[in-house]
Amino acid sequence: MNDWLLIALMAVVTFVPRYLPFALAGRVKLPATLERGLDFVPVAVLTAIIAQTTLIRGGEFDLTMGNLHAIAAAAAFVAALVTRHLFLTIAVGLLVFGGLKLLTL
Amino acid sequence: MQTRTKQLWLGALETLPLVVAAFPFGIVFGAMAHANGLSFAVSVGMSSLVFAGASQFIAVTLIASAAILPVIVLTVFVVNLRQMLYSANLMHHVEHWPQPLRALLAFFLTDETFAAVTDRNNRHPGEPGLRWFYAGSAGFMYSFWQIATVLGYTLGERIPGLANWGLDVAMIVAFIGIVVPALKRRADWGCAAVAFFSALITYSWPHQSGLLFSSLLAIAVGLLLSRPGQNPEALLNE
Repeated sequence: MNDWLLIALMAVVTFVPRYLPFALAGRVKLPATLERGLDFVPVAVLTAIIAQTTLIRGGEFDLTMGNLHAIAAAAAFVAALVTRHLFLTIAVGLLVFGGLKLLTL
Repeated sequence: MQTRTKQLWLGALETLPLVVAAFPFGIVFGAMAHANGLSFAVSVGMSSLVFAGASQFIAVTLIASAAILPVIVLTVFVVNLRQMLYSANLMHHVEHWPQPLRALLAFFLTDETFAAVTDRNNRHPGEPGLRWFYAGSAGFMYSFWQIATVLGYTLGERIPGLANWGLDVAMIVAFIGIVVPALKRRADWGCAAVAFFSALITYSWPHQSGLLFSSLLAIAVGLLLSRPGQNPEALLNE
């Protein structure tokens, strides 16, 4: 297979979905329902990514206490609810993760 | 000029935890490309010209399993539909940008930069200089993805288990810090709950199709819960 042809085609099918809505911005008026739906994109997609990366570890469901990612995520969730502050949330999550990692070494 | 520099730095700074989380994956990509017989030029070419982590992993995996070219390209396209949702979500913010700038910055639209930009838009709606913030985030992410690819390709096997250090926890907690403050209406919570459980149920679907399916399902539920007239509570909150 021609590797460079593959890269060129990959570049096209990666760039087009990224650019198409940007290109059309201001030129087309989206239906009101679609506009409202797009408001949910960050919550929907990022939450789906969080769920999979937190609870699926090594290709399997991990709901045990040994899943430090899940415990750190839970701590970060509480911190985010209380502080609503990005950097504080990250700090709490990382400290909990680092602390548990040290304890379980 | 001052705003410009400040926003560039802010964009990079807000993306830092996500770059830390993505870095090992770049290394793993480089090492995997090497192990699967891709040349150095092709591996770096993929990172610099395609610049999409999930697409690159899938491509290398499919190349290794001797998949034919149309299958790889089609799979990569489907995986990238998530980025189309991101781009569509940002339409209102880019409509006053010149077209070449839109094309340039669209190339750099990743999970990481979208997350950082979303957080900025939520916390400082309408603040000027978004393009510089975006460029700072994108440039930072791009540079480190290239460095990680080169490192992974050249010495991937000499840093064993880097992917198991758990640095991706930085991405998880950063995404939580971005999503939670955005949960304002009942519909947002419903949307998040559906995305969460659906993503877990569909995790084994091929090529991240579970992620795309769950996102679309969650958006639909959010829409239903927020439909004016059917949900008086949501109406009150709007």
